[in-house]
Amino acid sequence: MNDLLRGVPPLLASHLELVVVALVVAFAVSLPLAIAASSRPRLAFAVVTGAGVVQTIPGLALLALMVPILAKSGVLSPFGFPPAVIALTLYAMLPILRNAVTGIRGVDPAATEAARGMGMSPWQVTRLVELPLAAPVIAAGVRTATVWTVGAATLATPVGQPSLGNYIFAGLQTRNFAMLLVGVAAAAGLALVLDAILAGLERALSGRKRSRTFVPVAAFALVVAIVAILPRVTAASGSARASAPARASQGELTRVRLGGKPFTEQYVLVALMRARLEAASVQVDVAQSLGSTVAFDALVHGDIDAYVEYSGTLWTNAMKRPAGVPRWRVLAELDAWLAREHGVRSLGSLGFENAYALAVRRATADKLGLHTLADLARVAPTLSMGADYEFFGRAEWSAVERAYGLRFARKTSFDPALLYEAVVRGEVDVISAFSSDGRIAADDLVVLDDPAGALPAYDAMIVLGPRAANDRRVACALGDLHVPVERMRRANAMVDRDHATPAEAAAWLLAGMPAADCSTLQR
Amino acid sequence: MIELRAVSKRYGDFHAVKDVTLEVARGELLAIVGASGSGKTTLLKMVNRLVEPDAGEVRLDGKDVREGPAVDLRRTIGYVIQHVGLLPHLTVEDNVAMVPRLLAWPEERTRARVVELLELVGLPAATYRDRFPDELSGGQRQRVGLARALAAKPRALLLDEPLGALDPIIRATLQRELRKIHDDLALTTMMVTHDLIEALTLADRVAVMLHGELRQVATPHELVTSPADDWVAELVEMARRQGASLRALEERA
Repeated sequence: MNDLLRGVPPLLASHLELVVVALVVAFAVSLPLAIAASSRPRLAFAVVTGAGVVQTIPGLALLALMVPILAKSGVLSPFGFPPAVIALTLYAMLPILRNAVTGIRGVDPAATEAARGMGMSPWQVTRLVELPLAAPVIAAGVRTATVWTVGAATLATPVGQPSLGNYIFAGLQTRNFAMLLVGVAAAAGLALVLDAILAGLERALSGRKRSRTFVPVAAFALVVAIVAILPRVTAASGSARASAPARASQGELTRVRLGGKPFTEQYVLVALMRARLEAASVQVDVAQSLGSTVAFDALVHGDIDAYVEYSGTLWTNAMKRPAGVPRWRVLAELDAWLAREHGVRSLGSLGFENAYALAVRRATADKLGLHTLADLARVAPTLSMGADYEFFGRAEWSAVERAYGLRFARKTSFDPALLYEAVVRGEVDVISAFSSDGRIAADDLVVLDDPAGALPAYDAMIVLGPRAANDRRVACALGDLHVPVERMRRANAMVDRDHATPAEAAAWLLAGMPAADCSTLQR
Repeated sequence: MIELRAVSKRYGDFHAVKDVTLEVARGELLAIVGASGSGKTTLLKMVNRLVEPDAGEVRLDGKDVREGPAVDLRRTIGYVIQHVGLLPHLTVEDNVAMVPRLLAWPEERTRARVVELLELVGLPAATYRDRFPDELSGGQRQRVGLARALAAKPRALLLDEPLGALDPIIRATLQRELRKIHDDLALTTMMVTHDLIEALTLADRVAVMLHGELRQVATPHELVTSPADDWVAELVEMARRQGASLRALEERA
């Protein structure tokens, strides 16, 4: 339990940093807009509607959308803090804008007329009359925005910005509900504390003694100070705070930043790579729970230095090549393409595949006589299928759909963590599974054969970004890792079914491998 | 001295003010009466440029009010409106000190002036200085509004239905005090009211407006004894009937 809580202070600090920066920027942008809009009904309609439209975009989508937009713009890094803070700023603007416009418009016209009649300039009327009188309403808007932003900031994890979402994503994906609860409780606690402080500010602003605003402001400063100092105090005993990789002088990597996608196998493999690198005296940072397309972009841009990718994903999504190419050619062409196009080094197959596969309950397979995808196509119109968020949008699905003429009665997307439970409980008949998943055996599912070879090979492989590609010690530490598929399945099942931590599963994997001695290697 | 020369104002098809010429002499208290929509408030607001006339010109002490920024002009003219418009988040002192502070008077002078003015309007500074507007009665608020309008020693005072929202007894008291302050400070005052009796008892001269036109400008005595047209006559007759019915009640008793 202590291990579980040790990660909270640094994540809380970066979560709060994200929230505070987003709110400050949102406030700084919204207030002038609201002032301009309060006397121009058409502008008011335009900005409030615009902010409302942004608000209807789901938080996760808005964050993910920022990555390609920033990558195209080329000004800011499309990874980590910038996309997260921009998305959250947009998200926080609506309540602040709406309340500021309402508050300014609600000021007693007698007060503004008297103020103008006495000789206040328009700006003085705004500053000395409208803003002070609208302040309680504006503060209420900031309060709403704060609570929303604290919640939405947990979604910054998949774009590579550490937040309390790290606990929530990892907890959900590895079925570690204690971890999930820690993340949720910490975020809720932060939201409550900030809300209470802002409620105090709102009260002080609606009262007469403006000097009382000192108390909530001081309380806020105190919270920020505690959260900022806490990770430094606990860092001595715990893991280092995730920060941007140290940009050391050329060819000398003092710190390596590992990336990982949000599912069990990736958490285990990150722990595995971390253990190997640390044994070779390389310091490690981790950016966990990255969105699937975010990870490759982050590697190419140098925001992370290494992660485990699957050959089929790059083959279809990055190279845009069709399925049906033999596995050895996929690997060879992929290695060459990565090196040539992106300066990315592949360390070759880890020794197992984690391919997309369609799986059914054994009872279903027996009853309907299902062995292959061709068998499935016959009865598909009476069946329902569940898949992870990505699958129905991926090239692999179109390939399978086309190759076998699959038409299901119903198709549903699930969080990958819930997919297996859905098929076991009979919510759906067929799911998209991963061939290395420990739950295939644990849940007694049948993987259907793909005689047409429509699904490409998915060899797990460690890829090194341009910075790490030439580092001998990193290559030595990670280069000879070998994980047969049975062992990967077992490691996955240890986490998913037996509630081991990813680090424990990684230690079990390492125990069966010869140790490489890389610490003395020159770089 | 306030001079309005052939001023007009239109809002679309609506003629708020039609070709009005009017003078308020130095030290004079002129009341403008008329029904709502007669253009009396529009006329008043032309003096401090809250309304800019479409035609004609307005002069204050011989100078066209359009010379120089409107904001500077307004700081030299006291302005009181029916709903007072005290700033609810500021104390009585800060409300009264508003214009002197806009004019960047030394703080000491401002504070002394606030004390002086609060005494003038009958609200001892020691008791009322630190109160907030919502701790005052309607009459007290209007007194603070008047003190605020007078704070920076204005050249002219514009009153727009200043006593309209008050009950009759407080209203009568304030009418007397208003006249006294006007005389003591030798102000040049233009006051809008819809109450003819108030205009007749308070003002040096009364201007009667109807549908944006000026029907008569006269002393109270002239207005009552020789109304310029039937409409003014009817207005006077109405006030007279009110007085008569009151007397009739007394005689019956």
